Amino acid sequence: MSQGRSPILELNQITKAFGGVEALRGVDFALHAGEIHGLVGENGAGKSTLMKIIAGVHPEFSGRFMLDGKETRFRSTRDAHAAGIGMVHQELSVAPDLTVAENVFLGNQPTNRLGFVQWRRMAREAGEQLSRFGIDVDPMTRLGDLPIGLQQLIEIARVLFSGARIIILDEPTSALSPPEVERLFATLQKLRDEGTSIVFISHFIEDILRVSDLVTVFRNGRKIAETASADTTKGALIEAMIGRGGEALEHSYTDDLMLPQASAGSAVLRVDQLSLGRTLQDVSFEARSGEVLGIYGFMGCGQLELSRILFGKLRPDGGTLAVDGAAKTFRSTAAARRAGVALVPESRRAMLFHQEPVYKNISISILERISALLLKPVRERAIAQRQVEQLQIRPPVVGLDLGMLSGGNQQKVALAKWLTYPPRLLVLCEPTRGMDVGAKNDVINIVRDLRAKGLAIIVLSTEPETVLSLADRILVLKRGAVVREFAGEAVSKDRLLEAA
Amino acid sequence: MASSDSATAPADHKRPRGLAPFLRSQMRNIAPFLTLIFLSAFFAIASPSFATIDNVGNILTQVSVTGIIAVGLTFVILCAEIDLSIASIANVTGIAVAYFTLQESYVNIANVPMPGIVAILLALALCALLGLVNALGLTMIGIPSFIMTLAMMQIAAGVSALLVRGQIAYKVPDLITTLGSGSIGGIPWIVIVAAVMLLGGHLVLTYTRFGRYVYMVGGNREAAEFAGLNVKLILGSVMVISAVCSGIGGMLGVAHFGSAQQNEFDTYLLDSIAAVVVGGTSLFGGRGGIGNTIVGLFVLGVLNNGLDHVNIDSFLKILIRGLILLAALIINVYAQRLREQAAD
Repeated sequence: MSQGRSPILELNQITKAFGGVEALRGVDFALHAGEIHGLVGENGAGKSTLMKIIAGVHPEFSGRFMLDGKETRFRSTRDAHAAGIGMVHQELSVAPDLTVAENVFLGNQPTNRLGFVQWRRMAREAGEQLSRFGIDVDPMTRLGDLPIGLQQLIEIARVLFSGARIIILDEPTSALSPPEVERLFATLQKLRDEGTSIVFISHFIEDILRVSDLVTVFRNGRKIAETASADTTKGALIEAMIGRGGEALEHSYTDDLMLPQASAGSAVLRVDQLSLGRTLQDVSFEARSGEVLGIYGFMGCGQLELSRILFGKLRPDGGTLAVDGAAKTFRSTAAARRAGVALVPESRRAMLFHQEPVYKNISISILERISALLLKPVRERAIAQRQVEQLQIRPPVVGLDLGMLSGGNQQKVALAKWLTYPPRLLVLCEPTRGMDVGAKNDVINIVRDLRAKGLAIIVLSTEPETVLSLADRILVLKRGAVVREFAGEAVSKDRLLEAA
Repeated sequence: MASSDSATAPADHKRPRGLAPFLRSQMRNIAPFLTLIFLSAFFAIASPSFATIDNVGNILTQVSVTGIIAVGLTFVILCAEIDLSIASIANVTGIAVAYFTLQESYVNIANVPMPGIVAILLALALCALLGLVNALGLTMIGIPSFIMTLAMMQIAAGVSALLVRGQIAYKVPDLITTLGSGSIGGIPWIVIVAAVMLLGGHLVLTYTRFGRYVYMVGGNREAAEFAGLNVKLILGSVMVISAVCSGIGGMLGVAHFGSAQQNEFDTYLLDSIAAVVVGGTSLFGGRGGIGNTIVGLFVLGVLNNGLDHVNIDSFLKILIRGLILLAALIINVYAQRLREQAAD
């Protein structure tokens, strides 16, 4: 569809290295007006890096950068913004203490001639923009008071309606519920028809195929293929992404899946009548040894709060919590850890030390057990090295600063720190979010190994696939209450969505 | 001292990096060291009396009290907190130890004489208690350390005022007198105490589990909490450590100056913060250490001492110190940014 027209953005032979690690090697990329361009590739394949170069986040790289046929160099995101390029990053970047309206107009609030902000106009226009996008929310509420999914939608809306002519979306759908994804896609298509160019990065290949006109595949910092979406299939894309046969690698979970009959394991955790403000109401369940309990629900259903309560970071208003039959009130995360509870939160930023080497990230949770007073760095490194090899973390260098690793590998490090001396109960929030097929399978295998060792595992996710691929028993959480339990029966994506 | 980031040093040998990124990531360690060399060279050329053995001894003695106080402050700043009450706590501890010592009859203070060791223990208990109040305010009530220790600065000054009531005390226990103003084999005891405390601080930060936790809490507090560390306990501990180091500095300082009075330590607040920050310990936490603090101490010590040798306008001296501090702050923030870019 783009033949004969010159691209508005053209990149030639882009190479970018971080330290000694090459993230991009001689990549060509072109974007035309009025097209949606999908990008796929495993974690660390270079997609995000390329987009950050386009958005001015990484001003240093080698290669040619042509915008509207003229060679250009952005020195900052501000330059890119001025040139009409907007990007929604993978990690939420909003101002939680400002109002919704202020967030929508961040950086260009409407002002009168004296330079005063026109609050009423700003609120009205923000409300109009958001309702066009199907978001019905008071523009004067504090953004941080809204559920994360809604915050992400508002951030997307800000970029979509900023008037940018090139819009880059990095994993925009990972925190959204299905109806929200539908609205997003409808809006993207409308913007495309109006002439906007959109780059769409996602691990959900069905989404890419549905919404984009062209697909580009990255592997190991190189561009492997570029085809029209109509001419390719999911299997072919996965094969190009990972370079081996892909059909068997990912289930779509549209068919019924039989959950196993209840396991005989004893209850490690018993939660009774837990409640927290308006977020959680009378939540009761058990997590059993040797079983993976999945807790599914849309963003904002109370999952995050539940996981924080289990790990002692939030205190419930009511209800009781018992580990191995003994009632517990966790006064701190340290107390929860001592009782044998471990948590991997959903955000990498919240659980890792980017400035510290890999081995210190892994050993932090076990220092107490291997050293009374003095550190034992040789032992720490040996333990970390074993984990790095077992989980196939790349590069396998425990002395490397964590920040040098790709996202998927960082996620594995976050898991690794709980594996050396396994806890009694492992709580995983969104364990495979934003991961590629290969890394997802690695995580699934790790979780199965742990289950075989007799751990009780709770997996909380807003992605039905994640819960279905891991869980032996599934609870559906809706507006803070358990509305359905699937145990020893057939379950599918449709049934889960229906219950939630 | 150059490789003062030795908490992470064992990890460095296998990094696949070029020299330039390495230098960039080490900027916070290299810049203060170069500053020190430059200042030393400058004063050595500008004044013949600067680069002498005697003067090196002077500099060491001059930075000792600041050094003792800065040990504890390094822990606090590594945790991305601040302690503004260090000078006041040093002052009140110095006054307390004199208050519990028998003074000459012409000193008009209603003091409570005690045996020397008891006086020292009481003074230490006082500074530990004040540190504990800081710790509880910060961790239990949630007052930001900047404000909490600002209040403590006033509280400690108030206690000092009540104890001496505008008078000056002179006598302190013999042990303190020896450590503060005596010397052994030509080396002042106060220099030895400062060296031992700096070494101790370095060992704790580098080789103990607690030291690792301090770096982790400073590097990413949320992640530390999600790793199940008792963040409040660690933050509380560093506030107490800081107060006790200040107290020791205050007691020896009183012996060193030969008197205990109100507002005696006021300049030590800025000097100690400057030493830690000029040395390159990150104000954002998680980076730096005692090695950096030692370099920072010498930069300030050489600067203060050297400016006297070149016979400069003493009013200009204050301005120059301020400008050097500003330059160090710029480097500190800039180094953080370079590092983040290198790691991104």
